[in-house]
Parts: sequence; structure tokens; C-alpha cells
Amino acid sequence: MSQNKMNRRDAIKGLAAVPVLGAFLLGADAKSDHDEDIKQEILDELNVEPATPNPTGSMKGDVLRVGVIGYGGRGEHLIRAIGFASPTWMNDMKENAAKDPKDTRLRDYLEQENLNVQLTAVCDTFDVRGELGVAAGTKDGFKPKQYRDYRKMLEDPNIDAVVIATPDHAHAPQVIAAIQAGKHVYVEKCMTHKVKETFDLYDAVKKSGLVFQLGHQHRQTASFLTARELVKKKVMGHINLVQTNTNRNDDNGAWQWEIHENGNPQTIDWDLFLGNAPKIPFNAEHYFRWRKWWAYGTGLSGDLLTHDYDRINCLLEMGIPASCNASGGIYTHRDGRDVPDVFQVVMEYPEFTSGATQEAGKEKGMTFIYSSTLGNQYDRGSLVMGHDATLELGEQLIIHADPQSTRYKDMIEKGIVSLEVPMYAYDPRAKGVDAVTGATAKYFANKGLMYTYRDGKRVDSTFLHLREWLSAIRNGHKVSCGLEEGFQEAMSAHMASISFRTGKRVEWDAVNRKLKNVSDSELAGIGML
Amino acid sequence: MNGTNLSSYTPAQTWLLVILRMLIGWHLLYEGVVKLWNPGWSAGGYLMDSQGLFANLFYKMAANPSVLQVIDFMNIWGLILVGLGLLLGIFTRLACVGGILLLLLYFLSHPALIGVKYAMPTEGSYLFVNKNLIEMAALAVLLVFPTGKMAGLDGLLFRKTEDG
Repeated sequence: MSQNKMNRRDAIKGLAAVPVLGAFLLGADAKSDHDEDIKQEILDELNVEPATPNPTGSMKGDVLRVGVIGYGGRGEHLIRAIGFASPTWMNDMKENAAKDPKDTRLRDYLEQENLNVQLTAVCDTFDVRGELGVAAGTKDGFKPKQYRDYRKMLEDPNIDAVVIATPDHAHAPQVIAAIQAGKHVYVEKCMTHKVKETFDLYDAVKKSGLVFQLGHQHRQTASFLTARELVKKKVMGHINLVQTNTNRNDDNGAWQWEIHENGNPQTIDWDLFLGNAPKIPFNAEHYFRWRKWWAYGTGLSGDLLTHDYDRINCLLEMGIPASCNASGGIYTHRDGRDVPDVFQVVMEYPEFTSGATQEAGKEKGMTFIYSSTLGNQYDRGSLVMGHDATLELGEQLIIHADPQSTRYKDMIEKGIVSLEVPMYAYDPRAKGVDAVTGATAKYFANKGLMYTYRDGKRVDSTFLHLREWLSAIRNGHKVSCGLEEGFQEAMSAHMASISFRTGKRVEWDAVNRKLKNVSDSELAGIGML
Repeated sequence: MNGTNLSSYTPAQTWLLVILRMLIGWHLLYEGVVKLWNPGWSAGGYLMDSQGLFANLFYKMAANPSVLQVIDFMNIWGLILVGLGLLLGIFTRLACVGGILLLLLYFLSHPALIGVKYAMPTEGSYLFVNKNLIEMAALAVLLVFPTGKMAGLDGLLFRKTEDG
């Protein structure tokens, strides 16, 4: 065999694989083109951009002096979010981080932006909590003042703004007093406890010009902001049904909170706690588990319906329903509570429209359903259902085209939109919007509203919500869950409670802004006047 | 080479080994290319879904954004280079070793243990043995039955040095 022939054979052998690489490149390119074309065609059709965060401003300038009324579990979280973690929390988190490297809460907290605030006052009717709040706020030689009575605290001129995280029945009196004292207010949901005080609070805040924010932090969640865009672009077509729910099955979720061993009439100012609630002798269970009674809490309406109602109101801006029906009962936790643990609410919006893609006359009317149980924790997911598509609303957004859609009819026929897998998914953890052609994305759907994402980085949404409020005080911009949103939230929740407690279908007169078919004496009868 | 006499392979043995090499090369190359072409891709989700003995190590990798960036880069280019190596038969032995290492990491991150469930869906049913392990074993076979010089660029690249 000649040398030449050898070389030629070796070369052929050596290059034998090159055509395979050619085939690979052609194949990979064709597949990519195909996937890209489909993706691009869907994205072009939907024309949705991932949402940008609400505009907020700088935290520079004088230190803002904040006081907190109610340093319970939620109050502690809020105050931590503005930079004052309690010593007990810090210790717990250090231990947790040492045990579980997935637990980055301590690191996230330490990396949080400095909001340039000082905690100047802590008010709690339970001394143990008040002292813990003072310990959290003690920094660089400065120690916040401790109060039992919020009225005393509001006289303090060293407070610019207050965070209120007390039981629901105390919200309105405290917000109104704080506003009258010239303080900006951040209050936890449910905004109010009764009907009349909802109007009073509205008027007081409206007149004041002070910055008011209601504590629905999911308004900061990246996926919800993007979902607003989906609604605006009519991606789901006419939305006719929204289904939301709560499923919990543990003691904590059923408000069986810990009764503190040091909670007694000496350490707790019982009369201050009762406030406008019916006078009864000291009762530690009522104090520590107040959500279980209508006298202090707002039941599933105010605690959890409000979350889902506001999430949807943030997307659809549907406001207060024309009518509301509610039913339920105490079926699991027969422990002396008077609020239901299984609760269903149906709100009607006959005039609601999110735009039509079909012939005229099919674009009006929507029902909002909230269904909850504290005796089962199967996650049913939230669904926004329209003529053209269904949106699964969570930390991720997933859209399924409807087989009978008008808008996507051609795309479905051409095979561009598949009915087997979602046509679109948005994951704030990824770097951008993606139209998916595979089902994998679905499995990473994350639950919980504790965290959201900014540029792919995990951030506490409560922190963002408070930051927005503080920035609004400094820079004069709008907040995302202000007075109007708060009024709608509270009134809608109250309609559900009233319906449950009176057995009536409760109607709202949108023109005259009042309840249509519920008398003052009926409201007084259930302690909701 | 390791005592293996290349010329002793039958044509069927040779070609089946070459085909196996190319199939694995094709697979790994495409896994790399797909990730490269998807700007939103990151190993973060996969790492956070880890289970088993080394899970904590993988969580730590995912938790640190700068470490994750390096991992994403190395994974994408590792897959592409290993894939090209196997497909073209160039630096074949190195590609086999690289491929085994990558697959070992995937295997350790998502071992098919009893009682362990993953968020990431799998397309089959596995007990201890899964496709990562099998692909790893196949690469080990290719490492000891090399074919880079028979149908691959290694034959051209290393001919002279070995002949010389």
C-alpha cells in the first residue's frame, strides 16, 4: 500500500465524523428555528413585557422616625423588614442557617438596603412584646420609647410615621388617631373591622394628605405586576370567572397561636386591648388567639379572603362587588371560636369587562369565587378564566389557551399554540419572559407570597412594600395599595362577613357608595356597624 | 494503548463503538447548545432540586450568584466541548473523562434513591440506576475501548507523534 493511499485512508477515517457534525448543526439549527418561530409568534401575538417594579425613589435625606403599634408576630416581621430584627430572631436564624444551607433568611436580611429610618417608639399592650420591640429597635446607643397606650405614643413628636399591626378591631381607631396626629400610616389588612369606621377612616385619610399604605405586600410581587400586563393585553380575552382559595390544615393556620406563659392581667393591658370590643373579663385565649372571634378579628374574610381579593383587584381593578353571598361553618376547629373555618364567598360583577375578542354582547360580567378551608391543605391554585385562555396565578404565571378561543383559533389550527402544554409562562426567577413548549416549567411553580424577585434576585416583598411607603413619604409618589384599594378591600371583605352572618345576599350601591340592603340595626346586631 | 490492540476489533465492534461514541457526543453537545441558546437558562433550579448525600453542597452552589454563574458557564461549555470531542473523535479520552465527571455530578445531585422525589419530572422509572449512570458507564467503556483514532480526528492529530 503506498504512503499516499495510507494518508488518504487515514484522512477519510479521521474526518468520518465531520458529516455527523454537519447533520447535528443542521438539525439543531432547524429545531431552534422551529422553537424560536413558535415562541416568537406567540410572544408577538401576546405582546407582553415582564413588568418593571413600581417606581420608588431614594432613601436619602433626614432619618425617618417610625413608631410601631402592635409588635406581635406580624409587627415583628414589618419592623424587621425596615431594618430592625429582634435579637431572638437573629439567634434563631443563625441557628437555622447553620443547620440548613438552603435557609438564607439571615443573609437576605443582612444584605437588605438601609432604609434610613429610626425606630423611635414601640407600643404593645403586652409588656413582653413591647420590650422585645424595644430590643429590636435599640441600635447605635439609641433606644426606642415603649408605650402601652397608642394614644400616648401618638403624642410623641419624635414620630413621623406609624406601622400598625394590631388586631383588626383596633385598626380604624388607631389609623384615624394617627392621621389626626399628623403621622403617615402603614396598616395591616384587613383595613377596618366594621362598616361605619371604614367610611370614617376613608374620610380622615383623604382629607389629610398623609401617605397611607395597606399591607398587601403581594402588590410588589413581580409575577402579579406582569399579570396586570396580561389582563391589559387581553391575553385571556373576556374574563368571566376567577377562582381563588385558601387551604390550611395546621394549628398555626387555624389561628391556634401560642398563649404566652407570661401573659396575665399584670403584663397585659386588657382594657386597652378590648378597645371598642364588648367588655369581658381577662381572657388569655381571646388575647393571643383573637382571630378566632368576630369581636376582634374579621375571620377568613379579613385575614385571607382579602389577600386573594386584593391580588385579583390589583389585576382586574374590579372594585367592590355588586353583590356578595357567603356560606360556611365551623367544621374542624370546634374549640369555642365563633368564626367559620370553612368559608365560601361568591362576588358578582355584572358590569365587569376586560375587553372582548368575540362578537359584541359577550364581554360583560364576571364572578369572583373565594373558597377556603382550615381543614385541608391541598393547593388548588388561583385561576383567572377567560374566553381565550386560563391564567394560573402564582409566583409563576402560566397560561393555557382555551380550545374554543377566538383569538388563538388560527394559531391552534396551525399547531403554533398547543393545547397540551401551556402557551406561555413567566418565571420572575429567570431572566425574562418565555413562551414554553415543554411542560417542565410547570413543576417549579412556587407557592407563598413571602418572597419575590428583582432582576432574578430574591427579595422580601414585605420589605419592598414598606420601602415603597417610606419612599412615598420622602418623594411624594403614589403607593400601590393606598386608600382607594384599602376601602375596596375592607368593604368587599365586610360584605362577605355580613352575608355569612346574616344569611343575606349583600348588595352594594356603587353610585351612592353604600350598602343597599343591610340596615344599621342589622349591622349593630352583629357588631359590625 | 492500554494494551488494547486496535486492529483486533472486528468491523462490527469498531462501528458499534464509534456509533455509541457519536450518539453520546450528539446528546451532550445538544444539551450544551440548547442551554447556550437559551439566555434565561440557569442550573439554579436543578441544583436546588438536589437530594441525597451531597444535596447541601449543591444548594450552596445555587445560593451564591457568582458561584452559580461560573457553574452555568462551565456546564454549558463543558457539555459542548465534551460533545464535540466525542462526536468528532478529537481528544476523545479527555472528552470521555470530562463527560464522566459531568454525568457524575448530575447523578450525585439527582440520585434515584428510595423515597426521594424530585420537582423535576423524569420520563422513566428508576431505582439507583438511571440514565446518567448508564451514560457514564458507556463513556467508561469508550475510555477503555478507544475509537478516536479509527473514526475521528485523533487519528490525524496524533498519528505522527505516535508513528514517529
